[in-house]
Amino acid sequence: MVIRTRRSLLQTALGGLGLLGAGLSGPLARAGLPAGTLASAVLDALAGKRPLLKRSYRPPNYESPVSYLNEVITPNDRFFVRWHLADIPTIDVASWRLSIGGDGASRPFELTLAQLQHEFEPVELTAVCQCAGNRRGLSDPHVPGVQWGNGAMGNARWKGARLKDLLARAGLAKEAVEIAFNGADGPVLEATPDFTKSIPAWKALDENTLVAYEMNGEPLPHWNGYPARIIVPGWTATYWMKQVVSIRALAQPLSSFWMNTAYRIPKGKFPVVDRFLSQESETTTPVTEILVNSLITNLEEGQRFRAGSAIVVQGLAWDGGAGLRRVEVSIDGGRSWQSAQFGADLGRYSARAWQYAFTPRARGRVAVAARASNAQGATQTEQLIFNPAGYYNNVIQPISLEVT
Amino acid sequence: MISAPAICSALLIAAAPAGIARADEAALHLKDSPDAALVVSKCSICHSVDYIQSNAPFLKRAGWEAEVRKMVKVMGAPLDEAELARVVDYLTLQYGSDAP
Repeated sequence: MVIRTRRSLLQTALGGLGLLGAGLSGPLARAGLPAGTLASAVLDALAGKRPLLKRSYRPPNYESPVSYLNEVITPNDRFFVRWHLADIPTIDVASWRLSIGGDGASRPFELTLAQLQHEFEPVELTAVCQCAGNRRGLSDPHVPGVQWGNGAMGNARWKGARLKDLLARAGLAKEAVEIAFNGADGPVLEATPDFTKSIPAWKALDENTLVAYEMNGEPLPHWNGYPARIIVPGWTATYWMKQVVSIRALAQPLSSFWMNTAYRIPKGKFPVVDRFLSQESETTTPVTEILVNSLITNLEEGQRFRAGSAIVVQGLAWDGGAGLRRVEVSIDGGRSWQSAQFGADLGRYSARAWQYAFTPRARGRVAVAARASNAQGATQTEQLIFNPAGYYNNVIQPISLEVT
Repeated sequence: MISAPAICSALLIAAAPAGIARADEAALHLKDSPDAALVVSKCSICHSVDYIQSNAPFLKRAGWEAEVRKMVKVMGAPLDEAELARVVDYLTLQYGSDAP
């Protein structure tokens, strides 16, 4: 089913033009999506999903409209969808098996879904799942790839077994440097590299790294990795392998296009703390933790308000698990900032709601923006840190409101 | 919520018909030009052609050529050099930023 609402498309188009912020007097600029992205976007509902913004049909890449992120937990049917390869099987849970082994494990074994659910202590945590390329479409200059806006992310309550418990049963060797994952999905052509990923052994042994079989109290949606996916709280979603069928402990770093070439950033350019030493090269390093970020979720570019009436600005803030310290809101295009009020704390890997209210007295444009900071002293940037693949965009985004 | 239908074969996981385009994908239309059919026939083996539409119009010829060469060398797209040149020409002229 394709639902094309002229209004939504128009709003997307306006929000993406990048020109609307040109009249702002502060230091912030609003970036926009490429014209071709705006023209080809439609609201389309995959089976079991509400309409999402389609970036590509096949493989399916669909992002949440920003308004879907206006609640701190993203419902399963509103959660974004991202696949690299187009052969995505429907999983028969009766025959699905998860194998745990590799040359860094002495006692390889297999699990059914029921065994995964019942033979290991279940753990629940709330964590942001965010594509490393979220906001790629807002890169200036634009860079090739899926042209994501702000919605290649969601925040959910995950339930699963600790990866470290599975690895302990498999007899993990001290020599293991990485834990590699493969999913049931595959390429159309045999020649295309299968999507495989690895994480450092130290991150795999973190008590928060899970093999999840529930999302917000329900089985994972097909499009989000049913029946089980890897959860790497604090790290970008590229490592959160969907439809996982294989977990391998490796004595040598994983060699795969998706590790050696893709999902890399220039070394030293970003304020990341977590390092992935076994995969670092002279010049590049894999993406690791999510950078501190925020999003205004209840306002749209150009929205109109009356002078003298209160405007409530609300949104989400999140980071890689260091812990949020504050969210500040500017109503003058980034020249001055005031603290916003936090909502409930759902844990250090969760997004956190915040809000800020003000009453504009004068008519005209008001440039509203939010910026989050974390316990490591990191904050969002005013200027894009350009990189050729468009990862790690946490630029402060102004929204221009009309007060009449 | 989706309930994964149990329509699987004896194989662990039933392979979905990967090559079959979704109904909505069939409505995608690339800009008309003699080589549009070649582009569709090669690129849509693995992905819908909205990848082309949405990655426009910001790539110059060198950018499109890098993308197509990556598809051939890394992803295994079955194009010979002559076909590659025609696809790059088409993308540059129809979906590039330095089109004449």
